[in-house]
Amino acid sequence: MTRLRPSWQVMLASLAALAALIALPAAGGTASMAGSGFALSAVILLLAGALVASLRPGPLVSAIALFVAAHGTAWMLINGIAGGEGTAGTAYFLLLIAAWLLAWQLVTVLSAMRPAGKLPDYAIRLIVPALFGIWILIMWEAIVRGAGVPFVLLPPPSAIGARLANSIPILAADVNQTIFKAVLSGYIMGCGAGFVVAVLADRFLFLRRGLLPIGNMVSALPIIGIAPIMVMWFGFDWQSKAAVVVVMTFFPMLVNTVAGLAASGSMERDLMRTYASSYWQTLLKLRLPAAAPFIFNALKINSTLALIGAIVAEFFGTPVVGMGFRISTEVGRMNVDMVWAEIAVAALAGSVFYGVIALAERAVTFWHPSIRGG
Amino acid sequence: MNAPASTVMPASKETPTVVEAADLSLTFQTNDGPVHALSDVGLTIGKGEFVSFIGPSGCGKTTFLRVIADLEQPTAGRISVNGMTPSQARENRAYGYVFQAAALYPWRTIERNVALPLEIMGLSKTEQRSRVAATLELVNLTGFEKKFPWQLSGGMQQRASIARALAFDADLLLMDEPFGALDEIVRDHLNEQLLELWARTQKTICFVTHSIPEAVYLSTKIVVMSPRPGRVTDVIESTLPAERPLDIRETPEFLTIAARVRDGLRAGHSYDD
Repeated sequence: MTRLRPSWQVMLASLAALAALIALPAAGGTASMAGSGFALSAVILLLAGALVASLRPGPLVSAIALFVAAHGTAWMLINGIAGGEGTAGTAYFLLLIAAWLLAWQLVTVLSAMRPAGKLPDYAIRLIVPALFGIWILIMWEAIVRGAGVPFVLLPPPSAIGARLANSIPILAADVNQTIFKAVLSGYIMGCGAGFVVAVLADRFLFLRRGLLPIGNMVSALPIIGIAPIMVMWFGFDWQSKAAVVVVMTFFPMLVNTVAGLAASGSMERDLMRTYASSYWQTLLKLRLPAAAPFIFNALKINSTLALIGAIVAEFFGTPVVGMGFRISTEVGRMNVDMVWAEIAVAALAGSVFYGVIALAERAVTFWHPSIRGG
Repeated sequence: MNAPASTVMPASKETPTVVEAADLSLTFQTNDGPVHALSDVGLTIGKGEFVSFIGPSGCGKTTFLRVIADLEQPTAGRISVNGMTPSQARENRAYGYVFQAAALYPWRTIERNVALPLEIMGLSKTEQRSRVAATLELVNLTGFEKKFPWQLSGGMQQRASIARALAFDADLLLMDEPFGALDEIVRDHLNEQLLELWARTQKTICFVTHSIPEAVYLSTKIVVMSPRPGRVTDVIESTLPAERPLDIRETPEFLTIAARVRDGLRAGHSYDD
């Protein structure tokens, strides 16, 4: 037994599995026969995985053993509870905790791996956060179904996924209305206007002195409150939502760009002066490139603000399409899975939006210490 | 007061004047009262000279350089650069300026940094390319065209910034403690290269430093300045030969000049602080 050197996660997981074995007969009365069969094989699988990992056979074998044990157990638990939602006993939760501990150890092992080569390294950097995300979903699914949480309070992710897959046309129409019409047009207009006004404010002192304090104040206000007014001004369709997005994105862009235009060093500006460089040459060749990190900061902040603005603005009146409209009506009809499906789509769209801007930032401000790394 | 056009008269023994200052004063108004950065400075710099400005910090050496470059405005006195006002000279791109730090733009490669003044002056792409190649060769940076500034050492960055100042071929080079942030060995090396470059290009160089050996080693004329108020206490014409290997710094002649510079600095320095 001296060869066995389990990590504390694996040790705890084994103890939990054994405890589940003891708790199993007591739960036998309520759990279905298939359930206890699943539970028994889960215990065996868990212990086998824990044993292999404790032998320290090298990170790759450990990782595979832990992966199979943790996910196999989770799969058996979720399958075993089907038809018996809300009846799960102590053994079920002990096994769930054991599987989760093994997954924890799996992520620890993976994070510590230093593979040679770019591709495996990149793969691990993707796998670790993916496992994190998957385990959030697994725990959600297993706890909601095991404990029988009412559907209206929190549907299991599998139900949300099924709803999402069955409602593609509706979701696509909503995305088209909210994201492609309201968010994108509002974002482009708001950021563009903020940028132009920032350049003007930089050029003319009275604008800088007068407008910037107001800009700072307005960017701290909950602008979403103007949504009903915008609906009165611009009608029910996407134009009023775009208007809200314009107002929300304008001031962060203004404030950041003005700060960015002041970011170039005095030595660099003196240099341009010694070349008798014109205002526009200095702006294009020095001050705008130096402001780029600030501008991208604003673009990233605004990408999330725009999405929030457009969705919430739809709560205040809209034609019968749009993500915000769907969320507000479906929640009234107790179709919580549809609400969650919209939220998932919004999260995905927001991440893609943010990711595209972050990629553009990397390409444009590759020279900045925060990107080139020191 | 002669324009550099007088170079067409090779027989002339008189070297034409590039910078001429008389009774030049500059007072900064600060919250702690006025600061007299320059006080009645008079100086003449001839074409092809290598002039060093030396003195403790606050003596106005950098300020004087910045007045020549039209980066500061004098409050009194006269100054001419190539027979023009500093402002006209700047508009005519009469000088290249090398700052204390390289101040290269990190988003531009070395060759595009050197091409920056040429772009601003509107030279054609082919002209830009040939000039950039020629100036990079002059500072021994051929082969580093595609690198970004942050990929080079401090000494190489400063050489690139010198190349940038040389690229548009101004006759006057203003250098404000360009090697101040570099270590001694790199500094020696760059001093040698600078002398070589000066001999090859026949430029007029104004060089601010606070290192006595550097000033004596490089210059044909050393201007010793003292602070509060900033004024010129001594102007030393160097008697060292044009050809200067690094070990000239151990010769008695070198040490004599260095001693005179040190005396000038000491005389001008009030030990009241």
